[in-house]
Amino acid sequence: MDLSIFQYHFMQNAILAGLLGGITCSVVGVFVVTMHLSFIGVCIAHAAFAGALLGLWLGFNPLIGALLFSLAAAAIIGPVADRGELNPDTSIGIVFSLMLGLAFLFMGLMQGARTEALSLFWGSILTVTQQDLIFLAAITGVIVGLVAAFYKEIQAVICHREVALAVGIPATVIFYGLLFSTGVTITASLQSIGGLLIYSLILNPAAAAYQLTYSLKRMLLIAVAFGVISCWAGLIASYFFDVPSGAAIVITSAIIFGLATAFSPKRKVKGWQQAPLAG
Amino acid sequence: MDNTVIEIQDAVVSYREDVALQGVSLEVRKGEFIGIIGPNGAGKTTLLTIVNGLGKLVHGQAWVLGSRLNGRNSINLRKRIGYVAQVERIDPRLPINVRETVMVGCYGRLGLFRRPTRAQWERVDEVLEMVGIAHLSERPIGHLSGGEYQRAAIARALVQQPEIFLLDEPTASIDQKAQREILSLIQLIHREYHTTTLFVTHDLRMLPSICQRLILMKDGKIWQQGSPQSMLREEVLTQLFGAPVPVPAEITSLQT
Repeated sequence: MDLSIFQYHFMQNAILAGLLGGITCSVVGVFVVTMHLSFIGVCIAHAAFAGALLGLWLGFNPLIGALLFSLAAAAIIGPVADRGELNPDTSIGIVFSLMLGLAFLFMGLMQGARTEALSLFWGSILTVTQQDLIFLAAITGVIVGLVAAFYKEIQAVICHREVALAVGIPATVIFYGLLFSTGVTITASLQSIGGLLIYSLILNPAAAAYQLTYSLKRMLLIAVAFGVISCWAGLIASYFFDVPSGAAIVITSAIIFGLATAFSPKRKVKGWQQAPLAG
Repeated sequence: MDNTVIEIQDAVVSYREDVALQGVSLEVRKGEFIGIIGPNGAGKTTLLTIVNGLGKLVHGQAWVLGSRLNGRNSINLRKRIGYVAQVERIDPRLPINVRETVMVGCYGRLGLFRRPTRAQWERVDEVLEMVGIAHLSERPIGHLSGGEYQRAAIARALVQQPEIFLLDEPTASIDQKAQREILSLIQLIHREYHTTTLFVTHDLRMLPSICQRLILMKDGKIWQQGSPQSMLREEVLTQLFGAPVPVPAEITSLQT
C-alpha cells in the first residue's frame, strides 16, 4: 500500500480535521442521542447550512452566517419543543423545511458558478485551510472543556431533565447550552464535512456507542473513537477509491452503527415506549 | 417561635385559559405530614409546584423556608426541597445506573465545578441500603421495575437532605405490593427524619396512620381540611369525587 500521500500537507490537515471533527461531533452527538433530540440536531444542521449560503450570497464569511442561523434555530426550537404549544415533531419539521427552503432560495439567488456553495453541501476535508483547522481546534477545546467542567450537570440533564430541574440544577441553561454547542459544532465542521452530511457524523457514532454501554463516560469515549475512526477510514477510502470524502466518512460511520447494533448487548431490551410498567 | 415553613396566600395559577389554582391559602408547620387528595384536575400537583417554585403565580404570594418566592430564588430553594413524582417511563438503554441517579440528588447543593466526595458516595450507598435497593446500585436505571424505580427516586430525594418533602402520587401506576412497601417506606422516613411532607395520593388506606392533616382539593381550591379521621368519611369523599367512594375497611375500623 502506497502511504506516501500522508506526507502531503493537505492530507495531514485533513487527518487533523478528521480528528477534531470526529471528537467534537461525537461528543455533542452523545447529548443529542441520549436526550432523543435527533430531529432537533438535523434541523440545526440545516439551519447552519442555510446561514452559510446566505453568507456566500451576500459576500460575508459563511461561517458567521452558519453560526447565527444555527444558534437562532436552537433558540426557536428549544422553547417551542419545551412549551408543548405544538407537537415538537410538527414545529421542528416546520423550522426544518423553512431552513431547507431558505438554503435553496439563497443558492438560487447566487450569481455565477456555485462551486463554493456546492462544496458546503458535500464538504471538502481535503482542502481544509489552516484557518478552518484553528477554528475547529478552538471549538473542540471549548466543547471538551465545557463537558469536563459541567459533566455532572450534563449527565443529570440529559438523563433526568425534570429531576435535574427539581433538585436545583440550572437545567434550562444546561439544556440550551447543549443545543447551542450542537449549533457551534456544526458550524465548525461545515467546511470539512458538509451541510448535508455533518449530521450523520453527529448521530451515527453516538448512536453506535449508545448500543454498547450503560455508562455515559464510556459512551463518550466510544463515540469519540467511532467518530475519529469514521473520519480517518472515510478519508483513506476516498483516496484509494477516488470517491467524495464526506460521503465516504458518513458511509463508514453508518457501517459502524450497523455493526454496533448487530452486536449490541442491549438488543434484547424491550422498547421503552411499549414496555408495560411492572411493579 | 414561628414554626411555619410554607405559607401560601391567595395563590392563583393558570395555564393559559385554564385556572389550576383559585385563591388557595395554606400554612404548613415544620415537621407536619399533610395528605392531599382530590379528583384529577383539582390542582394538587400545581400546589406542589408552587412550593418548589416550578409553578408561576399569577396572583398571590408564597413564602417557603423563610423566603418569599420571586422566581429568582426558587432554584436555590429547590436544592432544599425533595420532590418525588409518579413513576415515569424511561428509556431502558439510558446510560446511567441507579447509584449515579441517586447521586443527582446531591448535585444541586454541591453546586457547579465541584465533584461528589467519597463521603457523599458513601451516603448514597447508605440511603440505597435504607430504601432496600442496595443490591441494584450498579443496575441501569431503566431496568428497574416501577416499585424499585420509586425507591430510587425516594433515595435520590433523601440524599438531597431535604427540609421539605413533596410526594406527588408516588404509588400511582405500580402494583399493590409495591404500593404498600413504598407507603411503609414513606412512613418510616417521616418517623426517622420528621421532614415536613406534602403527600399527594389517591391511596386512602394509610392516610390516617401517616398524616396529621388532610387537605381535600376540588376545582383548584382547598375544599375542606382537617384530621384524616374527620375527612375520610363516605359522605365527604362522595361529595369530593362526585361519585360514591367506599371508605376502605382499615379506615372505618379506626373511626369506630
